[in-house]
Amino acid sequence: MTTMHWLPNPVDFRQSLKSALEADETGERLEKLAAVAQLRLGLVETIQVDNALKAVAREADAGIAAGFPLVRLAVLASSTIDHLLPAIRVGALRRRLLVETYAGSFGQYRQELMNPASELYAFKPEMILFSLVSHETIAGVPLTASAEDARAAVAATIDDLRVLWRMSRENLGATVIQQTFLDVTETLFGSYDRMVPGAPARVVADLNAQLAAAAAQEGALLLDVTRSSARDGIDAWFDVARWLQGKIEIAPRAAPIYGDLVARLIAARRGQSKKCLVLDLDDTLWGGVIGDVGLEGIVLGEGSAAGEAHLALQRYARALKSRGIILAVCSKNEAAIAEAAFREHPEMLLKRADISAFMVNWTDKAQNLSAIAEQLNIGLDSLVFVDDNPAERARVRASLPMVAVPELPDDPAHYVRSIADAGYFEAVSFTAEDRQRVEQYAANAERQSLRSSLESMDDFLRGLDMSLVFGPVTAVELARATQLINKTNQFNTTTRRYTAEELSTLIDDPENITLQFRLIDRFGDNGIVSVLILCRDQQDPGLFELVSWVMSCRVFGRQLEYEAMNIAVESARARGARTLHADFIATARNAVIKELFSKLGFVRRPGPAPEGTTRWAVDLADYAVQPTYIRRGAQT
Amino acid sequence: MTDDEILAMFSRTLRDLLGDDSIVLGMDTRRSDVPNWDSFTFVTFIAAIEMELGIRFRVAAVESFATVGDIVAESRTLLGK
Repeated sequence: MTTMHWLPNPVDFRQSLKSALEADETGERLEKLAAVAQLRLGLVETIQVDNALKAVAREADAGIAAGFPLVRLAVLASSTIDHLLPAIRVGALRRRLLVETYAGSFGQYRQELMNPASELYAFKPEMILFSLVSHETIAGVPLTASAEDARAAVAATIDDLRVLWRMSRENLGATVIQQTFLDVTETLFGSYDRMVPGAPARVVADLNAQLAAAAAQEGALLLDVTRSSARDGIDAWFDVARWLQGKIEIAPRAAPIYGDLVARLIAARRGQSKKCLVLDLDDTLWGGVIGDVGLEGIVLGEGSAAGEAHLALQRYARALKSRGIILAVCSKNEAAIAEAAFREHPEMLLKRADISAFMVNWTDKAQNLSAIAEQLNIGLDSLVFVDDNPAERARVRASLPMVAVPELPDDPAHYVRSIADAGYFEAVSFTAEDRQRVEQYAANAERQSLRSSLESMDDFLRGLDMSLVFGPVTAVELARATQLINKTNQFNTTTRRYTAEELSTLIDDPENITLQFRLIDRFGDNGIVSVLILCRDQQDPGLFELVSWVMSCRVFGRQLEYEAMNIAVESARARGARTLHADFIATARNAVIKELFSKLGFVRRPGPAPEGTTRWAVDLADYAVQPTYIRRGAQT
Repeated sequence: MTDDEILAMFSRTLRDLLGDDSIVLGMDTRRSDVPNWDSFTFVTFIAAIEMELGIRFRVAAVESFATVGDIVAESRTLLGK
């Protein structure tokens, strides 16, 4: 199969093409055609897009002005390649490049390269693609050839190519792309072919091995059709009927993928390959929704096939990281829960430190992808976004067309294949800088993280559309208030526990102020998430003591502590209070709020205090109301 | 598929390949009757209809095609097998 399965299927191909051609000006037409080129196209559709492109991009200047750079590519071949040119142009358009092609006369490439008066020279190619068949070399090696003779014949072919490459570079200033030799041979000895130096399959294998070594030395780029054809099956790439009918080696049905492979190299050479893999979490990096099933419930790791499938994706991501690809996370989740998975789940192969940008919140993913690009200081067109959710994929494609978003199959077992086959990270070199890049990005991201986390936190809070319903604790809320006070360990200022009867007595005493808070956001009602109790001092009626204050960890980081204190202060003032006192009694579990009172504007109160207790006070005349993103809802 | 359906598919495919919406193929149409339908486009056309119909023409059969009707008839034979 040669389908480009990572690209989304067209919904209405003809209509999309028509609408592209009806656009008013060149830039808009190119944009729309480029969008059509991002769809999963077959042979005929690829040719249709190319026909449309010819009608649009007659004037190269207009294309360049519209942000579509022009690349001049000559294809020199020893087989028929006319059907490949439209596919190359469309593959380039998929990457926002316009390729002007020149096809040398069939089998005349050597003469053309040697003749400065040839059409090839007049074309002034920036890149030259050599697409050659192996027949001549094979014909020159008898089946009975010794290892030495076979090696010499292969070396002669490679040396001949080196000369052609040098002429391309020196006489024309062109970058060379050399296609590997497709293995279209039939077996003679069976598996033993590989051990016979003159066997055709062995000659092709040796040619390709020598070719790669020579290309590396000469700085030629390699177009590895051999690998692709091995992956897709040689029958998908070579059709002997087409060879007999028109000396076509690359089968027409493989043309679209061939064009994409060439375009990857052209884009990579121009530094336009993707730089960053952005991963969703739930049902992508692991199985299941961690917010629902908890850290222990996610499907990940050895022991289950499904768990290993997700692990395989992590392994692939880590391998990409080791070749210089930046990793990022973009997920709708509670950040603390997601962080915990990275830090605590024993099967997580990816560690938090592997992730250079970590955007876990409830904000729109397109917005988060923009934030990731900004934080890493790379373009949005450098991002690949992997998400199992088709709706998220569609939304990101619609709002950020420059972000690559692969289609994923139903089964996570095939996720790696989708990402790998898409060729987003095509490289033309592997340098020391690549090896270091990830660390550089991680350091930069860390430097920026404070600023950007503040920015994105504001967006996040605003995006939550929170409102607060509050009132005194009454008999109706008693059961929930008791439960919350007795169960809460983290946000609990004094960790005092009360029975329902004790609490009932407290709330019935008119000298006390009790408050319960119900937080509602755009995802729903969180229920009663905080309770506080203020008791009037028996000697000083202007003084209230905060004897208990608890808050559910589900709403940490939502500014609820500020708004709750604003409300508590208002209630206390209404009852004639001038001062609030509060104790913070440290326990093994409540360190998360050890700075709470100083954040709220309280000051340390002098005087003796038990071990682990700090005493705080705020003069209500001095209390500064803290602005928050929480709206006041109905009072109960 | 009826002959008419096959013929309509052939017309549509050739229009798409040549970017020429005026093309209407008939049973008697010969390649030389259609502008730009050269031997290379002919091979691409054969490849495209093979993919569309899920059939493979024998190499000798392709060489013997004189009219579009010949291709329709051979297609129907292969589809019926």
